[in-house]
Amino acid sequence: MRRLCLTLAAMALAASSALADLAIPMIYLKQEQERPPTLSNLDPVPEDLGQAGARLGLQDNLTTGAFMGHAYTLQSLTVPVGGDLLGAARQALAVSPFLILDAPAPSLLGIADLPEAASAVLFNTASADLSLRSGNCRANLLHTLPSDLMRSDALMQFARAKRWDKLALIAGTHPQDIAFAEALRQSAAKFAMSLRAEKTWAFEADMRRSATGEVPLFTQELGAHDLLLVADELGDFGRYIAYNTWLPRPVAGSEGLVPTAWSHVVEQWGAAQLQSRFHDLAARPMRPRDYAAWAAVRSIGEAVTRSNSADPETLRSYILSAGFELAGFKGRPLSYRAWNGQLRQPIPLVTPRALTAQAPLEGYLHQRNELDTLGLDAPESACTAFR
Amino acid sequence: MHPLIPFVAAATLALPASAAEIWVTNEKDNTISVIDIASLEVTRTIETGERPRGITFSKDHSRVFICASDSDTVQVMDPETGRVLHDLPSGEDPEQFVLHPNDRHLYIANEDDAVTTVVDTETRRVIAQINVGIEPEGMAVSPDGKIAITTSETTNMAHWIDTATRRLFANTLVDSRPRHAEFTANGSELWVSSEIGGTITVFDVATQSEKGKIGFKVKGVHPDRVQPVGFEFTADEKTAFVALGPSNHVAVVNAETLEVEDYILVGRRVWHMAFSADKSLLFTTNGVSGDVTVIDVAQREAIKSIKVGRFPWGAALRP
Repeated sequence: MRRLCLTLAAMALAASSALADLAIPMIYLKQEQERPPTLSNLDPVPEDLGQAGARLGLQDNLTTGAFMGHAYTLQSLTVPVGGDLLGAARQALAVSPFLILDAPAPSLLGIADLPEAASAVLFNTASADLSLRSGNCRANLLHTLPSDLMRSDALMQFARAKRWDKLALIAGTHPQDIAFAEALRQSAAKFAMSLRAEKTWAFEADMRRSATGEVPLFTQELGAHDLLLVADELGDFGRYIAYNTWLPRPVAGSEGLVPTAWSHVVEQWGAAQLQSRFHDLAARPMRPRDYAAWAAVRSIGEAVTRSNSADPETLRSYILSAGFELAGFKGRPLSYRAWNGQLRQPIPLVTPRALTAQAPLEGYLHQRNELDTLGLDAPESACTAFR
Repeated sequence: MHPLIPFVAAATLALPASAAEIWVTNEKDNTISVIDIASLEVTRTIETGERPRGITFSKDHSRVFICASDSDTVQVMDPETGRVLHDLPSGEDPEQFVLHPNDRHLYIANEDDAVTTVVDTETRRVIAQINVGIEPEGMAVSPDGKIAITTSETTNMAHWIDTATRRLFANTLVDSRPRHAEFTANGSELWVSSEIGGTITVFDVATQSEKGKIGFKVKGVHPDRVQPVGFEFTADEKTAFVALGPSNHVAVVNAETLEVEDYILVGRRVWHMAFSADKSLLFTTNGVSGDVTVIDVAQREAIKSIKVGRFPWGAALRP
């Protein structure tokens, strides 16, 4: 494993290990990925994206663990682009059944299908891919990052409530853009919105210089609409759309009003404390992937605390049970969908400076849990692995 | 000693009973709204430090202590003049506190620091800091002064502090996000509310074991939005009033059977509450609607809303 870089991110507190009855090792396994170039370099992706959230979750777990005699550890394992991810996963699983995974969907499936992972508890904290919550689900793979559809449903609930029924869509060409655009289409149909026009963004020009010239013409052809949707998940062109459109229309989706798992503008429900703890630790604002990794580590911690066990099977059943509740600083207890392992959670709708709304919006009802108005509900999911 | 204290105390005692007031901290206005109980009007607005939350009076009501969370201090104010006399060292981000029956030691929850700080209000010194769980918030002290409680919102525990040794002697799990703790007057029970768990856990103090749990169900409100926060007992301790946060209701709980007898509609996101001196009226702080609901305790009815500052949070009686 010459290519592997193994870092010991944190060890159990000396105080807690003295009286530790249970040891809970966790491993953050990251596959590095090539990032396509974007038009602007204004917002670099942090090196420790995700990892920092896991580290905060560890700190939170350690404090509780110190009172309970539970010793948590978190190791971080990073596989470079083209590296042997499955080999690293095997190595990790030999140490711990609890993996926090930061990898694209196909790699997640590869890890989940390893014989060594059969009784492990794996958390997907990086892929919003819908199929992982549906036909491609795995019983040992839970998801703390919301699916694309949870985010698009959140946005459509808002647009519907505002009566912005006529929609237009501009989508990029990256796989993530295409997936999010498809989720937006599905959600539009679900909430009986009218998606009237779509265009693909395939410009070569440098929009930093020419957005005011190009975007009005590009959007003129979209025709009448109330809200302009943008699917630009890598942050390539979307930032140049707002205020340059032919018609004066609000922008939402990947830009403008963004449905997201987490944002630094979320401050209600005690979130201000989580934000400041994160900032103390990472010296930057907390992002959605950080939140997903934090929620994964905290889910393990919450399950260990309540069940007083470190056995993965016991913890998995507790996490998927009706009794499990995670206080996630979003105003409602978070829990896992028993049919596909997705963490159900409110979705904040944010602008760069404020929280505009939080889905589920008032009035969207559900027979079981209003949070299940977001994303794949039991009858819609083709997942059978959890039955 | 401070020469001012006896003088101010005498002045306060001389006030007629009708001057009783409810003091409300406005978290996002950096002010206190003073409500005159006789007229049910705001008669004064007093400036405080940043993000005032917990508020409590000294035994003789000659001093009021205010947690100015974002100023990282506890302010000591003369309630007559509204002047801040001095600050107490409080540790970072003090949110709630409780005054020990000795009228001298303040036990302060430092929300950002996972610490409970004990401050001597006379010497103005920190005399102890006790490590507790993450995001300490609820604070209580037993009537005999022997036990102090800190609840930690993220660790989900009630931490039991021996006030003689200032060490933890027990840590008991409760449901998610414990926010408020109170001992019954005889000290036999400790009640702890869990905001996200949606419950109140009742502990037997002698054994620190759970002896009961209270659940809530507000008609037409999803259970996730029924979030118990602050609560208070009536004079006879047969009834508890429980603020249920964003469900916008206060529950009336039979403290003996632990059954909920009634729900009273109040303002939006109800946080904390304080009784009038004879406990005939109850004042609840409603964070989102920026007002205080006045409840007739005997009738179990909301009788008035009083507009205060932005995000009213804490409430305390000045008799």
